Amino acid sequence: MTDIPVTSPATKARRPNRLFRNLNSKVASIPMIVTSVVIFLGGTLWTVVYSFTSSKLLPRLNFVGIDQYERLWATPRWLVSIQNLATYGILSLIFSLVIGFVLAALMDQKIRFENTFRTIFLYPFALSFIVTGLVWQWILNPEFGVQSVVRSLGWTSFTFDPLYNEDIVIYGILIAALWQGTGLVMCLMLAGLRGIDEDIWKAARVDGIPMWRTYLFIIIPMMRPVFVTTLVIIASGIVRIYDLVVAQTSGGPGIASDVPAKYVYDYMFFAQNLGQGFAASTMMLLAVAIVIVPWAYLEFGGRKRG
Amino acid sequence: MDKSTIATVHPDMPARRYPGPQGKRPRKALSGRNIMLYGALGLAALYYLLPLYVMVVTSLKGMPEIRVGNIFSPPLEITFEPWVKAWAQACTGLNCDGLSRGFWNSVKIMVPSVIVSIAIASVNGYALANWRFKGADLFFTILIVGAFIPYQVMIYPIVIVLRELGLYGTLTGLIVVHSIFGMPILTLLFRNYFVSLPEELFKAARIDGAGFWQIYFRIMLPMALPIFVVAMILQVTGIWNDFLFGVVFTRPENYPMTVQLNNIVNSVQGVKEYNVNMAATLLTGAVPLFVYFVSGRLFVRGIAAGAVKG
Amino acid sequence: MHDNLSSRSRTSVSIRELSLSFGAVTVLENLNLDIYDGEFLVLLGSSGCGKSTLLNCIAGLLEPTEGQIIIKDRNVTWEEPKDRGIGMVFQSYALYPQMTVEKNLSFGLRVARVPRDEIDRRVKRAAAILQIEPLLKRKPAELSGGQRQRVAIGRALVRDVDVFLFDEPLSNLDAKLRSELRVEIKRLHQSLQNTMIYVTHDQIEALTLADRIAIMKSGVIQQLDDPITIYNRPRNRFVAGFIGSPSMNFLSGELAEAGGEVVFRTADTQFSLAGYDHAQPLIPGRKVVLGLRPEHIKVDRDVVGGEVHEAIVDIEEPMGADNLLWLKYAGQTMSVRIGGERRYRVGSRVKLGFDMTMASIFDGETEERL
Repeated sequence: MTDIPVTSPATKARRPNRLFRNLNSKVASIPMIVTSVVIFLGGTLWTVVYSFTSSKLLPRLNFVGIDQYERLWATPRWLVSIQNLATYGILSLIFSLVIGFVLAALMDQKIRFENTFRTIFLYPFALSFIVTGLVWQWILNPEFGVQSVVRSLGWTSFTFDPLYNEDIVIYGILIAALWQGTGLVMCLMLAGLRGIDEDIWKAARVDGIPMWRTYLFIIIPMMRPVFVTTLVIIASGIVRIYDLVVAQTSGGPGIASDVPAKYVYDYMFFAQNLGQGFAASTMMLLAVAIVIVPWAYLEFGGRKRG
Repeated sequence: MDKSTIATVHPDMPARRYPGPQGKRPRKALSGRNIMLYGALGLAALYYLLPLYVMVVTSLKGMPEIRVGNIFSPPLEITFEPWVKAWAQACTGLNCDGLSRGFWNSVKIMVPSVIVSIAIASVNGYALANWRFKGADLFFTILIVGAFIPYQVMIYPIVIVLRELGLYGTLTGLIVVHSIFGMPILTLLFRNYFVSLPEELFKAARIDGAGFWQIYFRIMLPMALPIFVVAMILQVTGIWNDFLFGVVFTRPENYPMTVQLNNIVNSVQGVKEYNVNMAATLLTGAVPLFVYFVSGRLFVRGIAAGAVKG
Repeated sequence: MHDNLSSRSRTSVSIRELSLSFGAVTVLENLNLDIYDGEFLVLLGSSGCGKSTLLNCIAGLLEPTEGQIIIKDRNVTWEEPKDRGIGMVFQSYALYPQMTVEKNLSFGLRVARVPRDEIDRRVKRAAAILQIEPLLKRKPAELSGGQRQRVAIGRALVRDVDVFLFDEPLSNLDAKLRSELRVEIKRLHQSLQNTMIYVTHDQIEALTLADRIAIMKSGVIQQLDDPITIYNRPRNRFVAGFIGSPSMNFLSGELAEAGGEVVFRTADTQFSLAGYDHAQPLIPGRKVVLGLRPEHIKVDRDVVGGEVHEAIVDIEEPMGADNLLWLKYAGQTMSVRIGGERRYRVGSRVKLGFDMTMASIFDGETEERL
């Protein structure tokens, strides 16, 4: 080793203060920091805290324990809306995944006019829930819509008026929601199918495995991550459902098609019963957490690095 | 001997083909499989197209024809009166100057919201991808988790914050709200895009002496144009289709088109004019539909990336 | 100090006790390295050995946890990359896709607000040196891989710096282009005479280009020497096995005393170590590993004098100029390189002679050269 004076030139570089390192990046991230901490984290905590108060017209910090929750679960309207959410949620999950996957599988058969079909299946997703709700309100109108058309064909006792029948109104909403959202599921599934190694198909063909078996026992298990992501997306959309109900039925007939999001909104902004609104929205948060937390744990918990 | 059956497989050695199948296997265009396949797809397409068809034909009929006919039959006599009425005269309960007011309100809301939200999110994504500072990932995680929190949970605190800032009910307030709720998905979109760019490009720019903003504006921005288009498609349709924020954060005179549409169609007073309603519905859906049909594949890319939005 | 040595002995880049760890993972460990003015130094190692990390530290793209980096007598440990007087060439070229070649070359100068005519002068000069003048108005997408890498080198060239850093610059090119550009980089170094630090995992590049090679493994420099020394006198077993293709043959055994001299002995064979230039005393009883390169084993007609051993041909791999024989010897497989015109049948017996002057002996425990 040669001997070279290296330490002699005085270090004129100043080690900058930690806080000011990467300063531009920090300044540029202020909107993100404020949004995540103040709005998302702070706002959520605020709502949870105030759900334990007796706030009426204005938020007040007089704690009443779990009174609001007890009242909430004793309110028939809330129970109806939870029941609706459960029915709608389960059916919507099943139908979205099944219809979405079947359509995607059909689209994946090297068909002609693939782009045309995709455009047709997906365009409803570009439309708002308000537009969706209003169209289906019109189609399901018993006086002029499907029911009257079928009756005019000679089947005079035919009844199909979901929007005016308390017992089946939620299915009327389901039909509209599936129309709007299945195109998206199809697209996600198709992307998943296209992501599967071509050689898998070749191997299955050489081995003489029928196509439906390949789908059921090889492809679908391989698409597990796609299914999980899609499931989370559909599920978090289900909990939020609001606009569609407002447009299609306004929660009617009566309160038959009420949903939690509408319950929250009405109690916060019309009934001037903020405490109830906060309690109900906290329950919504809980519902989302039940879906998200296990998913996030599975998805990100395993691989911490990278 | 049939000469056509003779082919050379080697320059020196002529070879004879074997009898039996040769060349392309003949295929029926109308196989059972194809009938099933296209039949199923066609049926599905019909279900998806039907509502659009019903909207269009209803909006072109007169009310007398609607009352006697059925909703699927094409109009006997085409009239554009419902469209004119929906645009300029329909009543919302407050006033009767049609959807045009809502249209312009939506434009006023959408244009600045799209610009502001994309500007903020693209810089966020860039900072997260290339200039990560301590804690950045934590904020980003909160942001992404926040995307799944129901809006209802955060609405009231935001109302309070905006009221404190004097922005509640103003256009600026709504722009802020759209920027906030657009941030998770757009930031994710941009971050993932910038992460996918080769890191060496960023290193080269730093060796060249460019700083945070220089690299953003001169290297990253020009390279990210496609993703900006995707973000724009996402935001234009998303903000145009918004209903909840419009109702909560604006005053009635500033209601966006969706809110006004709902008020027109679901107003209890007066006789229901279904043709006008459908014309109004089509008018409201026209902007996102236009964006959808023009953008095509980019829209698909946008929703695949941004499917998390509710 | 001799005049002709004074320029050589001046240090250009000096690394002092450099360490870098990400959390619990240590990537570089207490590295010391002096690179002379005008030297071509190659950092060689397999992926994950820390060679690129070290280069990024020198460039200022990564912050070391400990230690100093001195470039041209200036402590630049905390300096920004642009203030270090370095230029860098990347594996993926890293050309800005939206800019023409000319704009790519001048970007750094424009950022630094260098006057227009000075920029033009430097771009012209770099383009002339690299013969890319006809490409100046093109975009990177319109260039071939070789042309892109030339532009990337040009970008370092216009910065007029003393130290060039290369991060696997040829790894993305096909074999033919790679050898062409290798020659060009060597020519560039000969005409510019500036310091070049070159990271690669390709030993051919390292051996052909380097004045000195630093072989790295797990963040530690294993050996720093000129290519011939590295090849012929590897300091430890890792270096011996890493350099050379096919790899050096290793025989495990122990030193023993026989007939008044120290011999190498395994269960199946024993032979003399006469001619081996040892740096440490050869003590009988010690467990050792004996290494012989395929070209340092003599076969049949080449065996003249000395001990003669016998082996059986297991596999033959003709490679044109060379013929590689895989032999069964003393219960082990050994590779031997002979002339391409000499062919053997599998199963035939051959005579072997070992050239001890070219052999390497490593301690069985420490794996250090004896």
